[in-house]
Amino acid sequence: MEVDQVVPLPRLPRVAVCGGTHGNELSGVYLVRELLKLQREVMKKEQEEDLKPASVLLVLSNPRAMQQCRRYVDTDLNRCFTHATLNGPLSDMAPYEIIRSRELNALLGPKGSPAAVDLVCDLHNTTANMGLCFIAYSDCDWICLHIFRHLQCVITLNLNPRSAAMEIGPQPHGVVRSNIYTAMKVGVQHMLDWVRLFNSGNVFEGGFVDVFTMVKHIDYPRDSETRNITAAIHPCLQDRDFCLLHPEDPLFQTFSGQTVRYKGTEPLYPFFINECAYYEKGIALSLARKRRVTIPAIRVQTEQEQQPNEQGFASEEEE
Amino acid sequence: MSSYNNTARFSEARRVAIFGGTHGNEMSGVTLVNLWTKNGAEIQRKAVEAVPFITNPKAVEKCTRYVDTDLNRAFTPENLSAPGGNNLPYEVLRAQEINRIFGPKGSPEAYDVIFDLHNTTSNMGCTLILESSKDYFNLQMMNYIKKAMAPASCLVLLNEHPLLKYSTSRSVAKHPVGLEVGPQPQGVLRSNIFEAMRVILKHALDFIELFNEGVEFPPCTVEVFRVLERIDYPRDANGNIIAMVHPNLQDCDWEPLNPGDPMFQTFDGKTIHYQGSGTVYPTFINEAAYYEKQQAFITTRRETLVASAIKKA
Repeated sequence: MEVDQVVPLPRLPRVAVCGGTHGNELSGVYLVRELLKLQREVMKKEQEEDLKPASVLLVLSNPRAMQQCRRYVDTDLNRCFTHATLNGPLSDMAPYEIIRSRELNALLGPKGSPAAVDLVCDLHNTTANMGLCFIAYSDCDWICLHIFRHLQCVITLNLNPRSAAMEIGPQPHGVVRSNIYTAMKVGVQHMLDWVRLFNSGNVFEGGFVDVFTMVKHIDYPRDSETRNITAAIHPCLQDRDFCLLHPEDPLFQTFSGQTVRYKGTEPLYPFFINECAYYEKGIALSLARKRRVTIPAIRVQTEQEQQPNEQGFASEEEE
Repeated sequence: MSSYNNTARFSEARRVAIFGGTHGNEMSGVTLVNLWTKNGAEIQRKAVEAVPFITNPKAVEKCTRYVDTDLNRAFTPENLSAPGGNNLPYEVLRAQEINRIFGPKGSPEAYDVIFDLHNTTSNMGCTLILESSKDYFNLQMMNYIKKAMAPASCLVLLNEHPLLKYSTSRSVAKHPVGLEVGPQPQGVLRSNIFEAMRVILKHALDFIELFNEGVEFPPCTVEVFRVLERIDYPRDANGNIIAMVHPNLQDCDWEPLNPGDPMFQTFDGKTIHYQGSGTVYPTFINEAAYYEKQQAFITTRRETLVASAIKKA
């Protein structure tokens, strides 16, 4: 392997793992609680194996929503991290989650500053049959793409980035399923192991990664007056996340038994099929294109290579 | 002393209600009742007045199980007679209203049959819930439904346990029937679950129509699962859950659980085994709404009930 083809990247001394951003997505809630309990043993192991420690910040993002076992109290915390929301004026009556997002920004960031944590992994569950899925920041984020490749799971790219998210389903909200919990636990362990190896100088070979980029959402057919849904996800589509959807394939089945078909011209990959929390957002399923992204070999920068980082986090606005 | 040789006579079951939204986030019932309120052709039968009804509209609007308190536990004698008007919890007021319209509970004016539509996150398939082993009308109806659905499964859960039974919204009627179909996440509508519930109701209404026409149903036996015990999650001193339903038990509703079988798995991977004295049949395994009710699953035992012949009086 050509040494000069390996891209050196800054060290990742600070990693954050967040659970309970949505208070009823329980794998992350229970996992972060368990990791907080085990944190001392983890640090001890790092010292024994003489690995450069990564400091892991464990965060329960939305404690009030967790206490009520609800997605959110006033507003969706996972939509509160835009530049405008974080920096705009704050009234006395501000929604709980807006106040919380600023507290989290101070703890993890502030966003765009050199003091920010280097990697955030936000833990989520979905009622959709998506398996273990990563939602990454951008296709140039080689750290995240290497981690995901290491984990060998499905990767989707979110056009509206905030941080890397680990999404596992299917699991009903308010329920903890042991197989889903274990998958998330293993995923987080592998991610933290990868970070330690990276920080210790390991070279990770380049290659290809298949990513899914969101193109559009499709809403349920609705009654024009009441806005109630008039059809359910078709049985042929239910649970078939990431299986290619072709033009004319069934999308919905109306309550009177008729099939509503996909009228797009391009075959696309459906995901977040029948996610409970998206009914109110007008999303029955999302559609993505799949493409292959090339990632270079990477390793951590040596001390000589380290320069004052111009950590320009582009200011991302929610669309 | 009832004799299975005699034909039990029941008055015509003319007044029938179909309740949806008793829990506002159990979507099959909400959707079916809204559908039939708009167009009730599908639920029409000769000599039957079938009324679709949303029992907890505020909870349905918020897509939550309940607003103040669980409506499906609210139909106690104390609640139904409680004074206090608008100071009462929302669901207690609703219970009193429902009792006025479809009851009064225990009186001759009460509705003949109420079907109460529910979903569960547990892998229970199609389940009918029976509140009395002596209700031969209901037993005959459930026998009819099971045979009509075969080979598809439809099981009967009997909750006659003096401590674990509860005052359901359907208990206002002379013949209360619970329909529980899962698995389905709260707040989600799955097409297969929706259609299954629809089919159960179709057969139920067919039975009532036949009965009202004067058909005599001969004696029958019905296999039921009788509720024995509620099993909670292991918890720490602060009441926090410290283990999950074991992967070997998850989704295994109605399958035998033997002493020594895995039951829970702690968050650090240890197995906790079932310590009962005999084989039981667990159900309501990992129902989301029951975490707060201290219930990981319930145990049942299999029993065969006998119903005498029935005929319209």
